[in-house]
Amino acid sequence: MGSMSMLTTDVAVVGAGPAGLYAAIEAAKAGAKTTIINEYVEPGGQLTKQIHKFFGSKEHAAGVRGIDISAKLLGSIDELKVEKRMGTLVWSIFHSNILAIAHNGKSEMLRANKIILATGASENAFAFPGWTLPGVMGAGAAQTLINLQRILPGNRVLMVGAGNVGLIVAFQLLQAGSEVVAVVDALPYISGYCVHSAKIARAGIPILTSHTVKKAYGEISVEGVMVVKVDNQCKPIPKSEQDMKVDTICIAVGLTPLVELAWLANCRFTWVASLGGYVPLYDDKMETTVKGIYVAGDAAGIEEASTAMEEGSIAAISAVESLGLMTQQRAYALRAEAYERLRSFRIGPFGKLRDQGKQFIWRERQKYAERI
Amino acid sequence: MQRGFKLTGVLTDAELHRLPGAPSVERAAKGPVAVIECAEEFPCDPCEYSCAYGAIIVGQPIINLPCLDEDSCTGCGKCIAQCPGFAIFVMNLNYSKKEATVSFPYEFLPTYKAGEVVNAVNRSGKVITKGKVVDVKNLTNQDRTVVITIAVPKEFGWDVRGIERKEVKAYDR
Repeated sequence: MGSMSMLTTDVAVVGAGPAGLYAAIEAAKAGAKTTIINEYVEPGGQLTKQIHKFFGSKEHAAGVRGIDISAKLLGSIDELKVEKRMGTLVWSIFHSNILAIAHNGKSEMLRANKIILATGASENAFAFPGWTLPGVMGAGAAQTLINLQRILPGNRVLMVGAGNVGLIVAFQLLQAGSEVVAVVDALPYISGYCVHSAKIARAGIPILTSHTVKKAYGEISVEGVMVVKVDNQCKPIPKSEQDMKVDTICIAVGLTPLVELAWLANCRFTWVASLGGYVPLYDDKMETTVKGIYVAGDAAGIEEASTAMEEGSIAAISAVESLGLMTQQRAYALRAEAYERLRSFRIGPFGKLRDQGKQFIWRERQKYAERI
Repeated sequence: MQRGFKLTGVLTDAELHRLPGAPSVERAAKGPVAVIECAEEFPCDPCEYSCAYGAIIVGQPIINLPCLDEDSCTGCGKCIAQCPGFAIFVMNLNYSKKEATVSFPYEFLPTYKAGEVVNAVNRSGKVITKGKVVDVKNLTNQDRTVVITIAVPKEFGWDVRGIERKEVKAYDR
C-alpha cells in the first residue's frame, strides 16, 4: 500500500440505493463528513428504474414513483455536500476500517471511522437446459434495459416467477411494448401482491401457478420454451408440456443479499431463508459483529425500499452517535421512532415472516455477544 | 379450472363482494361509487389521504384493507390515480337508461381519446363488450396515471375493469 494515497472520511456508505442514500443523508445531517460510494455510474440503486408508484405510507413517499424518490434523495445528498464516488468499486475492507476502492482502473484506500454497507442484493439464477442462450436474463436486467437504457429486450417474453418482481417487471415490459405470453411459477399460488397479479390478469396475460420451465431452445438465441406443469412436490407432470414461442425469458425467482464485503470484513453470519440466505449478524443499531461496520437494506435481509430507508437511517444514527456527533438520548429517540414505523411494515401475511427473520438475527447476535 | 385471486390474479364475485372496499349492490345501483379491489393486507395508505370526503379508511395498522364508507363516497374518482396498485375503480350504474360507466387507471401508450369505441375487458383481460370512451383525465396531480371512463351496457358494469391495449406498431417502439 506504500505508494497509494490514503483518503479519509467519518462515515463511508457503500451503495447508493434507498438504504445508502438515507444513511448518507442522516450521517451528513448530523455533521459527519460522509462519503457515498457506488459501483454503478448513476446513483439511486433500483429506484432509478422503478417507474411505478410506490406502496407504503406518507412518510415513505407512498404513491410517488421510484424514479422521482431517487431524484429527491439525490438532491438532498448534494445539498448536504456528501462526497459522491460513483462508478467506484469497493474491492475489499482492511483492518475493519479501510475500504479499498477502485475507479477508472486506479485503486485508492479510504479510511473511514464508520462503514455502512448498503450493497443491496443480486438476482437468483435458475438453471434449465438452454438457460445459457442469449435471451434468457434476470427480470432486473430486463427492467434496466427498458427503463434505464430504453432498449426492448425482446418482442415475446415469458416471465418466470409470480412474486412482486416478476409481476411488476412483466407489466413494465408491456408498457415498453413487449408482448408477455405468460407468467409462470412453480409455487401452487401467486406469491406477489394481488394488486400486481390483477393488473397482469386484466392485461389478458395468463398466470400459470404450478408451472415451470422444462427447457429453452433456439439455434443462436431463444426461439421458444417448453413449460411444464408440476405437482405439489414440484415434480414435472408427464405430457403436460406447453410449447411457447418466445424470444426472451425473464427470471424472477428471488434475490440474495450482496454481502461479500461483510464476509471479507470477517463479520459473523447466519442463514435466514425468509430474508434471502446468508445475512450478517447485527443488533438493533444495525451494527455487525465487527465494531464500526453497519449494514442496512437488502444486504441486511431482502425486504423493501421503505424498510431499507429506515434501516439506512438507523445505521447512520447509530454511527454518528458512536462518533459523538449525536447525544445518546437523541439517537435513542430517533431509533425508537424508526422502529415504530418499521413495526407497521413488518406485520400482516407478507411482513410477518420478515419480522421473524429479523428477530432471529437479533437473537443470534445476542447469543454471539454472550459467547465472547 | 382454478379460481380465486391467489391462484389466478382474478377476484371471484364472492371474493369481491366480501371486500370492505366494495360497495353494496344497493349502493352501487344508486350511482357513482368507488370499488376498491384491494384484497391483501400489506402496508399502504395513499387512498385514505386521497379522499376529500373521508370515505376511505385504512387507519392503524397500515396493513388494514381499505374500507369504503359508501354513504360518504360521491364517486368523484380522485382516488383512482392515487392507488399505486391500480386497484380502485369508479362505477356509475346509473349513467343512462341502458349504460353504466366504469373509470379505471391506464398507463399505456398510445392512450385513448373521448369518443373512441373500444373493446372493454373484464378482470381476466377477456373482451366482454364494446364500450365508448366518455372521458380521459390526465391531471397534474395524477402524476401520469391517466384515468379513462368508458360507457358500457349496464349489465357489464360490475365486470368491466379495463380496455384492450392499442397495438404498438414496430415503428412506435
